Amino acid sequence: MASTSSASTAPVARPVAPMVRRLAPLVIFTLLALLPLASALGLPGHWLTLVTRAMIVAIAALSLDLVLGIGGLISFGHAAYIGIGAYGTGILITEGRTELLVALPVVLLACAVFATITGYVSLRTRGVAFIMITLAFGQMAFYFAQALSAYGGDDGLTLYEKSTLLGREIFGNRTGFYYIALGTLAVCYWLVRRLVASRFGRVLRAARENAVRVTVTGYDVNHVRLGAYVISGMMAGLSGLLLANQTDFVSPAYMSWPRSGELIFMVVLGGVGSLYGSILGALAFLVTEDVLSSLTQNWKVIFGPLIVLFVLFTHGGIAGLVTKLRGRRDG
Amino acid sequence: MAEPALALKGLAKSFGALKVTNGVDLAIAPGELHALIGPNGAGKTTLVHQISGTLRPDSGAILFGGQDITRLPPQARARAGLARTFQITSTIASLSALENVALGVQAHSAHPLSLFRDAASDEALNAPAWEALEAVGLAERAHAPAGSLSHGEKRALEIAMALTLQPKLILLDEPLAGVGHEEGERLIALLNSLKGRFAMLLVEHDMSAVFALADRVTVLVYGGVIASGEPAAVRADPAVRQAYLGEEG
Repeated sequence: MASTSSASTAPVARPVAPMVRRLAPLVIFTLLALLPLASALGLPGHWLTLVTRAMIVAIAALSLDLVLGIGGLISFGHAAYIGIGAYGTGILITEGRTELLVALPVVLLACAVFATITGYVSLRTRGVAFIMITLAFGQMAFYFAQALSAYGGDDGLTLYEKSTLLGREIFGNRTGFYYIALGTLAVCYWLVRRLVASRFGRVLRAARENAVRVTVTGYDVNHVRLGAYVISGMMAGLSGLLLANQTDFVSPAYMSWPRSGELIFMVVLGGVGSLYGSILGALAFLVTEDVLSSLTQNWKVIFGPLIVLFVLFTHGGIAGLVTKLRGRRDG
Repeated sequence: MAEPALALKGLAKSFGALKVTNGVDLAIAPGELHALIGPNGAGKTTLVHQISGTLRPDSGAILFGGQDITRLPPQARARAGLARTFQITSTIASLSALENVALGVQAHSAHPLSLFRDAASDEALNAPAWEALEAVGLAERAHAPAGSLSHGEKRALEIAMALTLQPKLILLDEPLAGVGHEEGERLIALLNSLKGRFAMLLVEHDMSAVFALADRVTVLVYGGVIASGEPAAVRADPAVRQAYLGEEG
């Protein structure tokens, strides 16, 4: 069939991913690793806290990109997993169980159970119905947390201790916490990258494009999507565990639907399906929010239009912009 | 007689008042290339959908290698060795031709959904995928995204994907539709070279291809079988001539 094609004389070598896509994650993680040095040289400590928080949120955005960007499922209830992770951690600490080796499996298991049940139901729908049903489950978690009067209810839950590892305080030091967040983000990024490139990931990617073809090839598409949904939910729960420890506070607002919307926006901002883009998206979102809100109280009036302009002018988000700029220079 | 590769027994399907499949009985022997012809709207594609499992029949039974698969979901039928191509080509556009085929190899491997090992560099998947691509003459286009292939190449790619499913039967839904003369000739030669390795049900409008390839022919009109048998006998059947072939002449 190929004899008429002009490419037939070229050697049949596997194409290599563009330079940008291979280098961008390396650059991002290197810069993040060096930031505390800048802090030692006089960058206000506030920045370290802000970027720590951004990296924690980036874990959730990254996990959302797995289902949204790779799986093609627009989950509008992803903040629920941050909330479950945060509340799981917060409740354990309130009950005097600060040990991470207890909190971590509890949080991951709780998220896995919630994701399995809600995912099983949600995945029976498609398109807008899927968006609405995940939103409904997210709100369900939100109202449940509001009703948790033993743990603060509407007012949220203030934590007087942080999680410990083998009885030792590990979240007390600001720089230490920064590197724990960075390390967790890096491990999560690596895991998701591996997952996307694996056999499982190939089926997930293929199903986003052509579910019927994948089905008649012998795969249960919903089974694969549910797997991705559960892994993603557990990862977002991890983000909640770290967030509770950073803010010493857990509140139902963590899982309100605007939070889920913000996560989607970070993924879109960074470039859907690019994985490292969702990290950039989270960083850009939180830093912009912080800078604008320090300038004026009405910062949302500026932030809103900025978001609209950005989406209008950069198809493919930040990751797309980086590729485009590189391309122009190369050309 | 050996167990038929595929047997349809009194298969019926209606969309409202319209009987699109009207008590179809059909048996295809292992290794047989069976052509299904009929005028537009005769219900050929609907029948293919019911056999592959993307549509449920209202009544009747589908036996695959003697086993009743009427209630099995499509993915289970595929795993049992029932492969298909689509009337409108259906590939994963952004994946390379090789990856499209490897997806099929993977489905029948011991670990179709393993989570960590890199799939693109997995020789256990790529070696059989290369073989299938070579069998259909697409090896040189292995790394091209499926979306960038020509129409005829996509048809061939679909056949390569079907080959990796260790098929006992391949449903070919108009593989020559929209393909140019030269590529069409190559596809006919390809199907001819595959004959005998597994059974094939070929839905096709191109009569010269049908009579060149088919061991037996079934004619479907208004959802029902009006004739079935050797190509020469079917061609001579007066009912067929009136209902179908006459229109062409």
